[in-house]
Amino acid sequence: MQRYDSIVIGGGLVGSAIAYGLARAGLKVALLDEGDVAFRAARGNFGLVWVQSKGDGAPHYHRWTRRSADEWPALAAELEGKTGIAAGHQRPGGVHLCLGEDELAARRAMMERLRVQAGNFGFDYRMLDRHELADLLPGLGPAVIGGSWTPYDGHANPLALLHALHKGFAEHGGRYVPNIKVKEAGAAPGDFCIRLADGEIGAPKVVLAAGLGNAELAPRFGLSAPVKPLKGQILVTERARQVLPLPIATIRQTVEGSIMLGDSQEDAGFDTSQRPAVMRTIARRAVLAFPWLRDLQIVRAWAALRVMPPDGLPIYDQSEQFPGAFTANCHSGVTLAAAHANLFAPMVAAGELDPALERFSARRFDVPAAA
Amino acid sequence: MFRPRPEGPGAAVAVSIEGRTVTVPVGTSAAAAVLAAGFDSIRETPVEGCERGPYCMMGVCFDCLAEIDGAANQRSCMIEVQPGMRISRQIRARTIDPEAG
Repeated sequence: MQRYDSIVIGGGLVGSAIAYGLARAGLKVALLDEGDVAFRAARGNFGLVWVQSKGDGAPHYHRWTRRSADEWPALAAELEGKTGIAAGHQRPGGVHLCLGEDELAARRAMMERLRVQAGNFGFDYRMLDRHELADLLPGLGPAVIGGSWTPYDGHANPLALLHALHKGFAEHGGRYVPNIKVKEAGAAPGDFCIRLADGEIGAPKVVLAAGLGNAELAPRFGLSAPVKPLKGQILVTERARQVLPLPIATIRQTVEGSIMLGDSQEDAGFDTSQRPAVMRTIARRAVLAFPWLRDLQIVRAWAALRVMPPDGLPIYDQSEQFPGAFTANCHSGVTLAAAHANLFAPMVAAGELDPALERFSARRFDVPAAA
Repeated sequence: MFRPRPEGPGAAVAVSIEGRTVTVPVGTSAAAAVLAAGFDSIRETPVEGCERGPYCMMGVCFDCLAEIDGAANQRSCMIEVQPGMRISRQIRARTIDPEAG
């Protein structure tokens, strides 16, 4: 049996970021990736590194997201230095647009709640009226009546990030094993083994980062990850010279010039097909925000599945039954990539999750029986 | 490098490619006209500015993008020539004027 310090199951953004962080810390790591038959949320991402709107009623989530957004520039610079791959990260702040009085009132109330809940941590935001937004964003449609802005938001190229994490992981001596769907595993406290095509590998630690696959996998390690798919569809325009100076929650222009339109949410099980009705809604809302978008050709479109815990917040756990086994699940693999590489991986390396992560345990879903 | 097949239609259409008048058979695609006129490239890539010319001729590779009658990023292999059509180089990413219209 080949021994490792840690096995990471799942080669998407969550698993790759953690595996990279572990390998960087000097651990001998094997990263197991299912392959092209997997749902691969990491290949269908919108690419926001987004803070505003995260964690209303869950300040620990807001704080974790903010910490990740703060770690992002360092991670991006480090990855580019080591791998030559730029993840296209920019943090010019971000805007959420409101198309009606009700939307604006709800947004204003939510942003204020986030500020109050942030307490001493602070939450710097501004509600912008139409005129202020028009100064910031060119060609704003008359339907936009206002919006919210924070300096924390940004965006990146999720495919370049994934590529850079994989390359960085390999450069730190990590072993990447493709085309392996882990169904069986030997689990004992601090001792795990997994059968690969060419023999068994073993490690005192295992990190479950298999996205939607975690739901089935976690119970084998005495853990729980009740995640479900939530479909999102995205439209991409032809490339154009830079026109949007900062990302909007549902519209962003990439470094290369493409404009991405997205953020639909559909509960459609594991169905990844595209639906014209949803694509139409995405396009219609985008054109209401920026009428000039109607002159751009759509050149690509896809659907992908978010990895959604019941309350939308990430799940992080260490198994009580089998210490050394960890779960990591979230729907924000891009935003939280820096937290996973720079904050979560060191906790796994140390063998103990920080108390700040306690509230992310899946134990929160264990509802006590009624008396 | 390219010349029309002998059994092609007799009628011809005059188009302008990069300001040069070129006569091609009726039914020719704009991309074929570009090749027939001897151009090696008809666009520059958006990010690195590399020269590209028609390649797949069936609408999938996007290397024949050109500005046609003022419309940017047109797949010239999918568009049939019309008398007086103006085909010009797509230089890097297209521009868009947010304040227009």
